[in-house]
Amino acid sequence: MEGDAELQDLYREVLLDYFRSTSRKGKLDPADVRAHGINPVCGDELEITARREGGKIAALRYAGHGCVISQASAAMMGEALEGKTEAKARELVKAFKKMMLENAPVASLPEELEPLSSLEGVRKFPLRVKCATLAWNTIAQGLDAAPAAKEA
Amino acid sequence: MSRLNVAKIREDFPILRRRVRGKPLVYLDNAATSQKPRQVIQALVDYYENRNANVHRGVHSLSEEATNMVEAVRAKTAKFIGAADPRTVIFTRNATESINLVAHGWGRKYLKAGDEVVLTEMEHHSNLVPWQLLAKERGLVLKYVPVELDGTLSLDKVRATVTAKTKLFGFVALSNALGTVNPVAEMIKIGKSVGAVVLVDACQWAPHRKMDVQAWGADFVAFSAHKMLGPTGIGVLWGREDLLESMDPFLGGGDMISRVTLEGATWNELPYKFEAGTPNIADAIAFGPALDYLSALGLDAVAEHEERLAAMAVKLLEAEPSVTVLGPKDPAKRSGVVSFNIAGLHPHDVGTSFDLEGVAVRVGHHCCQPLMHKLQCGGTARASFYLYNDESDVEALGRALNRTLDFFKIRPKAGVL
Repeated sequence: MEGDAELQDLYREVLLDYFRSTSRKGKLDPADVRAHGINPVCGDELEITARREGGKIAALRYAGHGCVISQASAAMMGEALEGKTEAKARELVKAFKKMMLENAPVASLPEELEPLSSLEGVRKFPLRVKCATLAWNTIAQGLDAAPAAKEA
Repeated sequence: MSRLNVAKIREDFPILRRRVRGKPLVYLDNAATSQKPRQVIQALVDYYENRNANVHRGVHSLSEEATNMVEAVRAKTAKFIGAADPRTVIFTRNATESINLVAHGWGRKYLKAGDEVVLTEMEHHSNLVPWQLLAKERGLVLKYVPVELDGTLSLDKVRATVTAKTKLFGFVALSNALGTVNPVAEMIKIGKSVGAVVLVDACQWAPHRKMDVQAWGADFVAFSAHKMLGPTGIGVLWGREDLLESMDPFLGGGDMISRVTLEGATWNELPYKFEAGTPNIADAIAFGPALDYLSALGLDAVAEHEERLAAMAVKLLEAEPSVTVLGPKDPAKRSGVVSFNIAGLHPHDVGTSFDLEGVAVRVGHHCCQPLMHKLQCGGTARASFYLYNDESDVEALGRALNRTLDFFKIRPKAGVL
């Protein structure tokens, strides 16, 4: 079907795989970082929990109901941020948002965010950009609200 | 067969000729806002090109003309809704402002700590938040008539919730999220029998069904022009004359006063007491041809037409095992709104996928988060029909559905089983 090309461009196979993956779904308890995000357009809620270890984000989980784009974005984010220092994590959040919100070329994404290039097609749907950035705004809030103790 | 000549009607709506993402537009988001016929668009242009002047001020001819045109539409609106006196028709920005006007002008004057306000779980945010704000300010008790899982209201539960302590009973006549047609007359009667003031949110009712506010016996009725072929930015509050007379103004300023001194002011007569500042003259005037259009077709024929299309859509959707249609099963209790969900797929993905087929449906919580919570879904996809939709729009809905189910592998492709 010819019309499906548009659907395939938006919902790329990688995206659907991450959407279906359950490896980072759920909540960490206890958690060092806990943040709650709401997409006002649809009312979807996302809870992100993370644990710190040795100055790094050791584990990250996301919970809540959401569309393919927001859930896949959260799953890819979890994969990208685990094992990173907070400074690095903030840098990646910034780079991802630059791609989504300022149309920065996909090629400029840091290597760690490579799978996120699959969200490229979402930029043609301005209302859906908020779905893609929900997890990223939420973790940024969480990191700000619970700054790491100055150790490393 | 429909009593409407849809092919001819469609010629009056220029926007229906445009394409969306390369496909002809199939507009099924009428519960959010309707499209506008050229008669309405031309009235806007005519006002600005030939008659633009402020109202109720100048003694010059242009001002007089503009004033007369606005007042003629007020009279037309009164007739359309069965109000005997045009002075009881207040022009606002939209139904939300109409409800806020009641909360401020009537609620703040007459409600005190401990008084009960009864609403339903089916309400649009516009009939929840103004009362929640007032309840917080005044210490009111808010109570809700629970909604049944099939999206209807039980009159027994209305009777159990609306009691002698109820000072205001506010409810939606026709649910924007589910299409439920509520038993308005009976609900008003229950409210009046305990002496409550009754407010009806008729946003979804006014575009589709005849209404006679005086036969209903309600105290306040709110609706918006933009959902009934009219322009955005103009809403209506109809109120019982003695209540409107006794209320305090909502907004203060020009036009709503009778006399102003440095010490204070006295209020203008109805309806101007509630219309502070330069009103939305152009949109009020252009609401006139919208009412004429609906009157010429007849609301009975309009409702019959769109309910037939909705029934076709329900049938088509329910034929898919993965699709759940929300709201009442009984067609007599459902209007031209069809809310549905596809198992395993978020409404937003449904909406985007449908959009790629040129089909505009609304997705999300429809400004009814408490209702969605009750029905245990974050949101739905909603197709809502109006007088210019036809069978081909239902077919397009079916095509979009098939394509979505195939693409997201919600069902095995035909022959691949």
